Amino acid sequence: MMNDVAIRVENLGKRYRISGPSAAYDTLRDTVAGAVRAPVHALRHRGAHNGSEEFWALREISFDVKRGEVLGIIGRNGAGKSTLLKILSRVTRPTAGWADVCGRVGSLLEVGTGFHPELSGRENIYLNAAILGMKRDEVRRKFDVIVNFAGIGPFLDTPVKRYSSGMYMRLAFSIAAHLEPEILIVDEVLAVGDAEFQEKCLGKMRGIAQSDGRTILFVSHNMEAIQHLCSRCILLDHGHIAAAGDCRSTIAHYLSISREQARPDDWIDVSAHMGRSGTGEARFVAVRYRSDLSSIDFQPYPSGPLDIELAVESDAARSVGSLAVTITDQSGTKLINADTVLRHLNVDLKQGVNLVKVRIQEVNLNPGIYRLGLWLADPIRVHFTDRPFDYVESALEFEIVNVEEGSNMLHLNGVVPCEFELLPVG
Amino acid sequence: MKRGSDLVLTDTASALGDTGYVDAHRFVIEPAAGWAAIDVREIWRYSELLYFLTWRDIKVRYKQTVIGAAWAILQPFLTMVVFSIIFGRLMHVSSGVVPYPVFSYTALLPWTFFSTAISRSSTSLVLSANLISRVYFPRIIVPLAAVLAALVDFAIAFVILLGMMLFYGIVPGVEFLTLPFFILLAILTAFGVGFWLSALNVKYRDVAYAIPFLTQFWLFVTPVVYSTSIVPQQWRWLYGLNPMAGVVEGFRWALLGQGQAPVQLIALSLISVIVLLSTGLVYFQRVEHEFADVV
Repeated sequence: MMNDVAIRVENLGKRYRISGPSAAYDTLRDTVAGAVRAPVHALRHRGAHNGSEEFWALREISFDVKRGEVLGIIGRNGAGKSTLLKILSRVTRPTAGWADVCGRVGSLLEVGTGFHPELSGRENIYLNAAILGMKRDEVRRKFDVIVNFAGIGPFLDTPVKRYSSGMYMRLAFSIAAHLEPEILIVDEVLAVGDAEFQEKCLGKMRGIAQSDGRTILFVSHNMEAIQHLCSRCILLDHGHIAAAGDCRSTIAHYLSISREQARPDDWIDVSAHMGRSGTGEARFVAVRYRSDLSSIDFQPYPSGPLDIELAVESDAARSVGSLAVTITDQSGTKLINADTVLRHLNVDLKQGVNLVKVRIQEVNLNPGIYRLGLWLADPIRVHFTDRPFDYVESALEFEIVNVEEGSNMLHLNGVVPCEFELLPVG
Repeated sequence: MKRGSDLVLTDTASALGDTGYVDAHRFVIEPAAGWAAIDVREIWRYSELLYFLTWRDIKVRYKQTVIGAAWAILQPFLTMVVFSIIFGRLMHVSSGVVPYPVFSYTALLPWTFFSTAISRSSTSLVLSANLISRVYFPRIIVPLAAVLAALVDFAIAFVILLGMMLFYGIVPGVEFLTLPFFILLAILTAFGVGFWLSALNVKYRDVAYAIPFLTQFWLFVTPVVYSTSIVPQQWRWLYGLNPMAGVVEGFRWALLGQGQAPVQLIALSLISVIVLLSTGLVYFQRVEHEFADVV
């Protein structure tokens, strides 16, 4: 292999066997999990004919990563990003093709892997480091740095189950950060942890990117972070490389295909959406969202309004006490819950399809990808039965875009923008 | 807020520029090859992980228990007491010239190790699911560590045997020197069974439910409460195929110096251990690449 290539991937493919109609699962992760959960089902339906089918999570993937290069990998959920990283970190084997990896691989995906709650911080440092492939004298050498960086000094001999989640994360990250691999894999790590933790991760990545000889594979939904850190980018879509090249054009491509799924001002059919629960007596069949600026194709923006139009189908005339629109972030944290029950408003539905329009006056969220959820319930009945009429946890993903000039900064410190200023003192 | 970059990469890359170091970590990822030989060098490279996983198992086992490692003694000791009362006193099972308590404890020692080792190792992979689905390492280290951790209990319980032998005035002869061989035989048997069951358990969780039944059944076909002498001569060869029969008789012979060396029995046990271990290794090797997808 040429000396300057850190990773060479040729025709890589990964096939999973799944059982049952694949449409019953809405993400690959669910599909695979479903196939695993139903081995009996899979046994009964032997062969490729009886409902058991093959699914290529990755297909014909080829690319090179030069030593010292920071490669961004983007794509929708289920596009194959995680599968690719799992193959490159040797957690799972490919079904076809090969990859040649030159250098020690470390990954921030593994933060805290193998931590044992009963063991002390000190013990977990040694254990976790061994799991990540560090030698004992290497750990001994870096021990103090790891402890100082994590800031857990006084609690070194306390079982980690007594740690706060912040301390736990700091320790876990500190160990992973000191592994100093030649090739670093970062998967969605920015989606978990608090702002400070995310900042640390990015700081670490920046540091590695600047030092020579380090290669980074960076998977994120945060397009700004990708653009900021990566010199090159590949876009995965349905297991294929849909685009590759410089970040700007690849991201543009990504946004164009991801908007197909949930473009503002277009009706989106959710009548066959699978990720839902409820009795279905009344249910959402379509949704449309938009903001107010035609100049940005009605994309929502932080200080703008968000209109959500809902087509609700009801099997009988009823007055519903709780209709809600929720916005969650990528990690599933509910950020906004605009529920009519909070305003003591009833939504009167007639039999058939009804239109309901909700306006969030100001979304007040920083640019990024969010999920829109829908909820319809009788507040009293749901209290006793736990069964709403309809609940779609993630009806669609949408993007809140930046409209302010010159603020092309990383929004790392929170989901909510705020006004602030420096005040004169004294 | 502190910038991670300032702190993290303090003593950095100079060591990494060395190409020899990089080449040591070069690897090619390919589809699973089906029947491949076990990569001993790779396991050796991860010997520290084996050490730490074993150490973790030992360390964690008796946390938040009141009597701690005394459990390692209590388990075989109380079983010995019960056996001595029921089989020794009430049923008059023959133990030869040795008092029944020593007779049964000598067998319970390797047996308890074996049953602990196989029940722990068979569930070990599934219990390490989050490790397996996130980090690469030779998967075989997990059941290996589970078996090795059980050795510590064995060592603790062994002290009691020495005490009992002292109490009953039994002095082992030179046969004592062969004991490590029988300990090794027990370990290898546990490895073999552990490889099979842990790998099967990843795919078929039924294994976890079958284990208690399996160990119970296995106890009956192992000369723990009785002596091999009650097994009819023409069936001894079949009996010897149970490697634990060879281990237990070997222990009795080495420690208590009872009768002739059970050469025939041990030879048979040795053969079946080799078969068990090699097939276990091959099967494990064959399915290990699926673990991360299935577990």
